This record gives sequence, C-alpha cells and structure tokens, in this order.
Amino acid sequence: MAPRNPRTAKRAEADVAAPTMESLLATKEIVVACGPGGVGKTTTAAASALMAAVNHGSKVLVLTVDPAKRLANALGLDGIGNTEHRVPDAAFKAAGVKPRGELWAAMLDTKESWDSLIAQHAPDAQTRDEILANPLYQNIAGRFIQSHDYIAMERLYEIHSTGEYDLIVVDTPPTRNALDFLDAPERLADFFSSRLLRWLIVPYRSKLINVATKPFYQISDRVLGTEFMGDISEFFILFQTMYDGFVERSKAVGRLLSDRRTTFVVVSTLEATPLREAEFFAEQLTARKLHLGAIVLNKVLPDYLRGRAGTKVAEAMKDRSEDIAAALAPSLGPTSGALGDPAQIARVLTEVADSYLNFQIVALREMEERSSLAVAPEVLATVPFFDTDIYDLSGLLRLGEQIWA
Amino acid sequence: MTPVLDRKLVFVTGKGGTGKTTVASALALLASSRGKKVLICEMDAKGELAGYYESPPTAFKEKEVQPGLFAMAMDTEAALREYLRMQLHIPIVGRIGPVAKAFDFLATAAPGVREILTVGKLCFEVRDGPWDLVVVDAPATGHIVGQLAAPQAVNGLVKVGMIRNQTDWMLEMLSDPATTGLLAVCTPEEMPVTETIELADRVREETTVQLAAVVVNRVLPELFGRQEEAVFDALTASGPLAALDGLVDGDAGPVLEAARLAVTMRRTRSTHLERLRKGIDPDVPLLYLPYLFTRSHGLRTTRQVAGSLAEELGF
Repeated sequence: MAPRNPRTAKRAEADVAAPTMESLLATKEIVVACGPGGVGKTTTAAASALMAAVNHGSKVLVLTVDPAKRLANALGLDGIGNTEHRVPDAAFKAAGVKPRGELWAAMLDTKESWDSLIAQHAPDAQTRDEILANPLYQNIAGRFIQSHDYIAMERLYEIHSTGEYDLIVVDTPPTRNALDFLDAPERLADFFSSRLLRWLIVPYRSKLINVATKPFYQISDRVLGTEFMGDISEFFILFQTMYDGFVERSKAVGRLLSDRRTTFVVVSTLEATPLREAEFFAEQLTARKLHLGAIVLNKVLPDYLRGRAGTKVAEAMKDRSEDIAAALAPSLGPTSGALGDPAQIARVLTEVADSYLNFQIVALREMEERSSLAVAPEVLATVPFFDTDIYDLSGLLRLGEQIWA
Repeated sequence: MTPVLDRKLVFVTGKGGTGKTTVASALALLASSRGKKVLICEMDAKGELAGYYESPPTAFKEKEVQPGLFAMAMDTEAALREYLRMQLHIPIVGRIGPVAKAFDFLATAAPGVREILTVGKLCFEVRDGPWDLVVVDAPATGHIVGQLAAPQAVNGLVKVGMIRNQTDWMLEMLSDPATTGLLAVCTPEEMPVTETIELADRVREETTVQLAAVVVNRVLPELFGRQEEAVFDALTASGPLAALDGLVDGDAGPVLEAARLAVTMRRTRSTHLERLRKGIDPDVPLLYLPYLFTRSHGLRTTRQVAGSLAEELGF
C-alpha cells in the first residue's frame, strides 16, 4: 500500500468543513477514550492511534489499560508493562502498511506507577522505603480500584509533560462509575488537604485531643482498635512529607484534562444500557466544560438488515418455504440426495428467514437508539459489526478506516 | 457442589455489558416464584435495578417489587449508621453526622473498611433477616475480588476491635460453600471469556468464596446442522440464488447474507465457549442463556431470562 492513504489524499482536496476523527486527531494532543465496559474502548483507542500514526506522520502513543492478550501481542506489549514500546515495523509490514509516523504503546501497571510516583515525591530514600513497605500503602496501590483511576491520569500527565509524543491516546480503566477517573485528581487533593487527616495524625503523635475530635477517636478506637489507628496515622505522617508535591501534581493533572489540547471520545454500542451510560457520560463532560470530541458507536449491525424489501423477501421465504423448496430442489441436486431434499431445503429457508427477521428487530432498535441520542458531539462515528475479533493491526486498520472520515 | 438456588447468599458479577444485572434480577425473580423469600441488593447504586422490575427506584430500605421479592440499594453511609446504631448503641442520630464524615474519610484512607461495612450488611441480612436467599448485584469482575477479599485484608490489618470481631463471623459465612456462592456472568466473546477465567483463578486464590456457576449469556441459536449448512451453501451459489430471487420476487441476497453473518458469529463465539469450558473447573456448572432478539430490558426480559435459567437449573 502507498504510504499515503488515497482516501485521505482525496479528502484534502475536497471541502472539509465538518470535523472528522481525522481532523480531531490532527489537532489534539491528548485523546481520552472513555465509556461503559465491554463496548470496544481499548480497540477504538488503539485503532485511532494507529490511524494517526499511519496517516498523519506523527509520533503517537496509545496508553492502554487492560488489552486483550492477542491485541497486546499485536502491539508488541506482551510482558512489556509500564514502559513505552515502539510497535515494530514487522507488525506494520504484516498488515500491509507503511506508516508515515511512529506508533508507540504502553500498558498501565498500577502498582508500578504508584511506586515510581512515591519514589519521585519522597523527600529521602528512607521515607520512600518505609512507605513502599507499609501494608496500608500496598493495599491502596494494589488492590483498590479508585487508585487505578488516579494513576491512569497521573501517568498520562507524566508522559505528556515529557513532550515525546505528538498525540497520546489513552484508554480509561473500567470504572464503577465512568466519571471516577475525572474526579480522581481532585479527590486525591481534597483527601490530602483534609482537616480530618490532621485530626487523624495529631493525637497519635502528641496525644492532644480536643473536645470536637474526642468522640471520633473513641468510636474509631472501639471499632478499629488502637493499633490499626496507629498504623493509619503512621502511614499518613509518612505521606505528609509528600503532601505538597502530590496536591500540586493532582491539580496539574486536572488542568491538563480541561486543556484545549485534550479531547474526550465516548465509546459505546447501540444497546440501550451502555448507550444510556455513554449519554450520561457525554452530558457530564459537557457540564464540566470538557471537550466532547466524538462519540464512536461500535458493533453496529449492517445496514442491509434494515431494508423493508428484505422483510418482504424473508416473509415470502417463510410463508411459502415448501413451494419455493420444491421449485429450487432440482437446481441443487437430486431429490433423493441430501442437497435436493425439498423438506430439508424448506427448513433451511425458514431458518434463514427467521434469522433475518430476528436480527432485523435488533438492527431497527439500534437505529431508533441512534436517532434518539440526546447529545451532539462534534463527530459521530459508526463502526459496523465485524464478524471476527480484532486482534492485529489489519483488524485495527479495518476499524480505523470506519471512523476516520 | 451445592446448586446455586440452594445457597443463601449469591453474589452475581460479570464484565460490564454482559448482562450481570439482568441475570441477578432474573435469578432473584426465579427464586421468589419458587416460593422463596428473596432480597436482591444493588451494590453500585446506579439505580438500574428498578428498571428490571418496572418498580420505583430502590433505596437502602428494602421494598417489595414482586410477590416475595424485595429490592434494596447499598448505601455505605446508611450501612454505617445502622451498624453504629446496632453495635455501639449510639442513639442520637445528630451526632452521627460528623462521625459519618470522618468514617467516610477513614474508609478512603483504610481500604477494606467500606467493603466490610457493605458486605457486612449483606451477611447480617443473611444471618438475621427473614430471607431464604439474598442475591447481590455485585460490582463488575474488576472489583468483586477486592470486595470479597476485604474481610481477610482487614483481618491482616486490624488485630483487635469490633471490626475484627465482625470480620471473623463474616469470613465464616463467606467461606461456607453451602451458604455462599459467586455467579459469574459472561458472554461468548473474547474479553468476557478471558476475564471470567481470570476471575475464577483470582477468586480461588484470593478469596474464600466458591464459584457456584458461570452463566453464559446471549448464546446465539444454532441455525443449521451440518447437512443443512451444505444446502445453505448450495443456495448461495449464483444459479440457485437467481432462481430464489425470482421465486420470492425480490433480492434474497441480504437475507442470505444475514444468515451467513449469524453463522459466522455463532462459530466465532463457539471457540470462546470451548476456551471457557477448558479454563473453568469442570465441577462448576455452565448455564447457557439464549440471545434475546425481541427485547433488551424491562420486566418482560427479566421474566424470559428467569424462564431460561429455570430450564438450565433443571426446574
């Protein structure tokens, strides 16, 4: 294939007034792919990054959270983890494209990212080691999901500030609430600047308890035990040495998300439940004055399923299956054989017609959902249902072509 | 292995988009229709559960949504208030205000505390409530292990105090496979199957809860047997197709193409199903639920899924 996508070349000459994924990816530096789980977020993020690398000649990074194993392999991510890694030329060659730019990929490793964040902010090696060894820290960093939300955005910030990439496409972790990761930086800053944190730390250090805080400690001690409360306060005393760095950092992360150079792409399917969630998410983005660049609708059933002519044909096939089978039988094979058996042909015709009518209901419901979409993004892209899983660069390109222009 | 509906506490989890809430609501409906007194609890309080029963929004206080079936939504703060009222005998609600705030803070600082409160509430309902069965519309696969492992995690951190006493009896209940079980919902697609296999491993290694069954949702119907597929292939050749066009007085192409798509979809999916069967302990039953073409949500769907579940469970 020629290095330049012929369709892209043609578009450049045409009047391109309406924004497309192509123009969006050309102007923004950060694209955050978000939306409900199970809709193809990771694949969409990877396909967008790939298209930008192939067509725009930029150096693009896709930061994924939890890619399918085969996709991770295709991106050369298997066993790579947190470090950025260039997708090898061989992978592009296998897909039959010669990229103008470079595609890099990295996978988010929550624990590793937290550790390096601590290492960066700790005032000295001893504090760093004490924090890393603290059981509470290990719980927070490794097990609990809210910490994923924060660290994904933190990592994005860190990579962006190196200025290494023209474009970073980031996949977001599956969250209980799709908005969690947006609030995470602010919540973390609130958390560390909270007066309660000081309450918690003071008495175990100086035993100064005032009237206002006394009931809190009494209850906490009874419920959790003094020892545990001591562990908690020790952890936060250590953590406080990093307080300023953390708060400043999380504010910077928040600013980056609302920067003009950042856009959000909401990914969904046309099934009712995920779509409602995506819609809610898009509304929230707008309410927070964040840039809603596009909505990508994945796994949409093909257009031919919605044709009214098809309905008539399917109904005829079903209603007159025996007559049709009898008429067709001689052209398929001897009536004594399996292929020419009219009863069997009639069964096949009925199955085929039923299947069409079944899928038609789903396809019509999808269209109804799409036309009643309550938000208006700059770009609304639809990706047809692919009958096989997408796990290599050619698959990503097929998907990418659908959303591109 | 104890059948799912013979247990008293069933957590239902699944990757987002696989129909976790559909299955949880159908399971609860099925149990209640078989004469059990059932409580279903929505853990992440998105308020979706109400839509599955066409009922008013759920709240912390349970409400009867179908005969014998009660629904509630988990609320950490309400669970804390209830806990403090019962365990610490703190009667003055007014004083709980700042305490709740402090606790919310503590729960963020000391992960596991929140989980203990919410899972604790469920265990309490099983032990002391009027229920034959408590069904939990639990967090998605990425979060469930943290929740189910919380009692051990907290046991590792907290050595004394009331929380410790609480985690001991909770652990006992969660570890008893005759009482508690986990139901994992997936669809026959690549990522959901992979996640379900990983979930099964993690649940075994990191929690004491037993995986009671895997529900495979949205299984497409098998269109053809082998001979019928040969007939179908023959039909799509240009000669017979042209003849068919004439017989139905229209373009049969799209209709046949749709069938081809359905066959391919089913075939891709069946490879994932084989992978699932191989990746899950052979003692764990797989329950198959058909793809529903006509409706995707609402009480009608919940009933249909409950009917399919009943068949799979041998009722």
